[in-house]
Order: sequence, then structure tokens, then C-alpha cells
Amino acid sequence: MSKKYDAGVKEYRDTYWTPDYVPLDTDILACFKCTGQEGVPREEVAAAVAAESSTGTWSTVWSELLTDLEFYKGRAYRIEDVPADPEAFYAFVAYPLDLFEEGSITNVLTSLVGNVFGFKALRHLRLEDIRFPLAFIKTCMGPPNGIAVERDRMNKYGRPLLGCTIKPKLGLSGKNYGRVVYECLRGGLDFTKDDENINSQPFQRWQDRFDFVAEAVKTAEQETGERKGHYLNCTAATPEEMYARAEHAKQLDMPIIMHDYITGGFTANTGLAKWCRRNGMLLHIHRAMHAVIDRHPKHGIHFRVLAKCLRLSGGDHLHTGTVVGKLEGDRQTTLGFIDQLRESYVPEDRTRGNFFDQDWASMPGVFAVASGGIHVWHMPALVTIFGDDSVLQFGGGTHGHPWGSAAGAAANRVALEACVKARNAGRELEKESRDILTEAAKSSPELAIALDTWKEIKFEFDTVDKLDL
Amino acid sequence: MPFSSVVDYQTVATLETFGFLPAMTQEEIYEQIAYVIAQGWTPCIEHVQPSASMRNYWSLWKLPFFGEAELGAIVEELEACHRAYPDHHVRLTGYDAYTQTQGTAFVVFEGRA
Repeated sequence: MSKKYDAGVKEYRDTYWTPDYVPLDTDILACFKCTGQEGVPREEVAAAVAAESSTGTWSTVWSELLTDLEFYKGRAYRIEDVPADPEAFYAFVAYPLDLFEEGSITNVLTSLVGNVFGFKALRHLRLEDIRFPLAFIKTCMGPPNGIAVERDRMNKYGRPLLGCTIKPKLGLSGKNYGRVVYECLRGGLDFTKDDENINSQPFQRWQDRFDFVAEAVKTAEQETGERKGHYLNCTAATPEEMYARAEHAKQLDMPIIMHDYITGGFTANTGLAKWCRRNGMLLHIHRAMHAVIDRHPKHGIHFRVLAKCLRLSGGDHLHTGTVVGKLEGDRQTTLGFIDQLRESYVPEDRTRGNFFDQDWASMPGVFAVASGGIHVWHMPALVTIFGDDSVLQFGGGTHGHPWGSAAGAAANRVALEACVKARNAGRELEKESRDILTEAAKSSPELAIALDTWKEIKFEFDTVDKLDL
Repeated sequence: MPFSSVVDYQTVATLETFGFLPAMTQEEIYEQIAYVIAQGWTPCIEHVQPSASMRNYWSLWKLPFFGEAELGAIVEELEACHRAYPDHHVRLTGYDAYTQTQGTAFVVFEGRA
């Protein structure tokens, strides 16, 4: 006998709170940090989150009976206290795989962080982590190239890569901009980068920039004998324009382009990543707007989720903060999500903020990019924190050198190589940082003056978003 | 700032990793080889005439030294390669079979252009 229709409003927990449920290997699992309105029981809040992010609506509806909701519904299956926070709690929700379109990060986020975040019964809601099942991961292409391919193509082994953003971030003509690129690359950087807000403004149209930069890259390669690249920002107002820019970069024989994946959107990003795979182009990913979404400890989406989503959507580099520079970033949390970018398996580890075991199968890895307010004195800490599979980017720390960008680049390159050499020889970089850098400066006047210029600059502010431990 | 204090930076041709450091002493080279072995990577020696240094493929010296854990054996091979090709760049690479790329690569002897 089929079910009867009983119009009215049921409590969410009657349907969506299932503490006995054992999640399937194919379920998408999510951990939400919930802060409910006063007086609403935790189970009801957790069930409401599961319902509103899956099949539920506020009222019973007749058309529910035309399907098997037991098969499609999301289930809140566990509640945990948030350490040292009496009002918030973690709700774990399992979603059946069939709720989502294959290969669509856009679709996953539309469900998991859609209407539910405006729900009145909640004061705050934060998506802390998602466990993507292998069955979903295998439907995503992921990074167009990955770490190993990029190393082979760029001929960079055994050390972090070195880059910098061209400054001033806005206002240079195409030709003057190309000059700064050339100075940095001839001085020893591997990459230079368009600032994220350089797209195609009246002072510098994109084609003009691309053409001058291509000459700068090629000239620097010829003179130094090393491979070089510049992240040509293809972020644009429309997908059509984005692809036109990518095509032009390819015609200029450039190795790498760039996209801003949050402002540009996941659909645009996934499309461009696929274009990059087809065309043998590396893809650098910027994350403008992330702090709006991820910085509040009780509301929004944690960056580890945005990082996982980027690895699935596709990118070869992703900005991760620096821990030590001018921008927010807790050390353990950062280590947790750079694992998600680079490793093939990441176990649950609450001390790094990872709530689930995450198997990445054969998905290529993403370089972690550390950029923002860092300079030569930070180098030993950066090499220790980020390891070899990273791109360290010094903007002010390159162009701010008293002798100019080429000398600034050389200073950074000497400092980087001195740290790698010392690490390989078994020295403790962070403890011996002063000795290692001072020794290296003896044979590099560029490094000596850089050390002197930035010796007092520190960014010691308390972190706003800390791990709940 | 007086321009007399600004130093003109001259572009240098370099050979990727460790290209910006002064030539390593023998002991320092030993430390780096020991690191390659300790990582479980396979040491391998390649050489090329300096004008062709930007190629992906340099000539292989013998075969990669699979399973070789003796520092001295690698050093001997590096020196033998250098004696056989005194004008060539000679570099040591460490093949990482897990990541399927090179764990590191650096030039030990610079050739004469």
C-alpha cells in the first residue's frame, strides 16, 4: 500500500534527523557549524539544515509522494559540541550522490550553501568541510596539469617556485608593465603575475599587455637560460571574452594563464580549466572575495571547502595565504588545506581542521601559492611551512628593493636557494634563519641590502578565525 | 636616494636550482647527494654541451643508479662523467618514482661555453 497524504507542517527532525544512519561510501558528507536561534533544539536545527540543503521545504507537499524521498533526502546523522563554544555545535549531514550533477561544483554548492544560509531559525551557519566521495571525484577533471607536469614543463625541481605580482597593481601602460615583468624575470624569478584586478581597463587593454609581456618573458628566457612565465589574467566580463584572451595567450606561446575563481564563478572556472587541459596551458588561480565568505568563524564557508572545490573544478596553482605575511591565516589550518590541494589522501585530523578522511584518488595536485606581505626574512619559515610544492610570491619584497626589481628578484632567489640547500643539509631553517640568510648575503650584495631594508617589518596581529580546539 | 648608491644589476645566465649560489664545496655537494639518497630517489647523471642547456633531454651518463645508496659511488660517477666530458654541464637528478617527476636536479660541474 502506498503512503497517505497528510497536509500540514511537520517538524524537520521527524524526517531529517537520523542518528542511526551509517553514511555510505558514495554519500557527500558535510560538516556545518550551527548557531541556532534561542530555544530551538539542536536536532531540529541540524535536521532543518539537512532538509533545506536537500529535498525539504517548510510544508509537506503532495508531490513528495510521487517519489521515494527516503532515497533522495539529506540526513543529519551526528551532532557534536564545538570545543570552548557553548552556543554553537557541529551538525554532520549525509547527501545521496544522486542529488548532484556529475562534475558540477556549481551544483554541489548551490545545494549545500544555498537558501539554507538565510534560514531564520539559524543565527549563523558555517560550512566547515565537505567529504567528496570517490564516485563524485571521478566525475571531475580537476587540475588541468598538476604539480608533476608543471615541474617537467617549466624545468623547476627540488625547490619552491618563485614569483611576484607586478606593482603598482593598477595604472601602468602595457609597455611599462612589460618592463617590470622583464626586470623581475631577468633577476631570477620563475613567474610574474597580473594583479587580480588587472583585466582590461582603459589605461591598459589586455591585448596590449599580453603582447608586451610575451616579449618580456621570451627575452628573459633567452638571457638567463631558464624557463619563465607570466600569469596572464584571462578573467573577463563574459566567458566568450575569457576564452578569446586564453586563445591569444596560446598564440603567443605563453606557458600559463590566470583566473579569479570566486568572482569569475565555478562554471567559468571549470570551463577554462578544461580549455587549459586541451591546450597544454598551466592555470594559476586567484581567490578574490574569499575572505568575505571564509573569515567569520561562525558564518560562511571555510576556505578548506573552497580549496577542495577548486581542486575539483580545476587549477594548477591556488593562493593559500602565507601564515607569516600581511594577510590572515592560522598555521595549522593552512597546513590542513594545503594537504587537501596536494596529497592523494588526507586523513581526518581536527588539529588541522580536517573533519573527514578525504581520498583524492588520481587527481593531480595543486601548487600552494603564498603571497601577500612577505619578504626575504620570511623565507626560512615559508620554505618550512609550504615545502617544495609551492610558489612563493614577493611583490613589495621584490619591487621595493633599493636597486630595483631585478636586484630584488635576485635577493629572493639567493635567499630561497640558500634555505633549500641548508634544509637538504639537515639544518633547522626556522631556528637558524638569521645565520643562514646572513651567510648567503656574504656572496650576494642584493640580498645583503634586502635584509637591511626589511629587517624590522613584521605583521603580528592575532588571527580572527582560529581552529576550535 | 643618491644614484651613486644604486648598483646596476647585470643579468646572469643560470642553470636553475642553486644557480644563484656560489659554486659548492665538495663537502656541500656530498650533503646534497646524501639528501637525494635519503629521500629514496634514484640518483641519475646527465650532461650536455652548454649551448644546448635549455633542452629537456640532456645525454644520460650510463643509466640511473637504481638502488645505489653509497655516496662515494655517485661521486665517482659524477667525476668520471666530468672527466669524459670536461666541456659539458654535468647535473645530478633524483628520480622520484612515486610522483613520477624529478625530486631535484642541480648542476654539479659547469661546462665551458
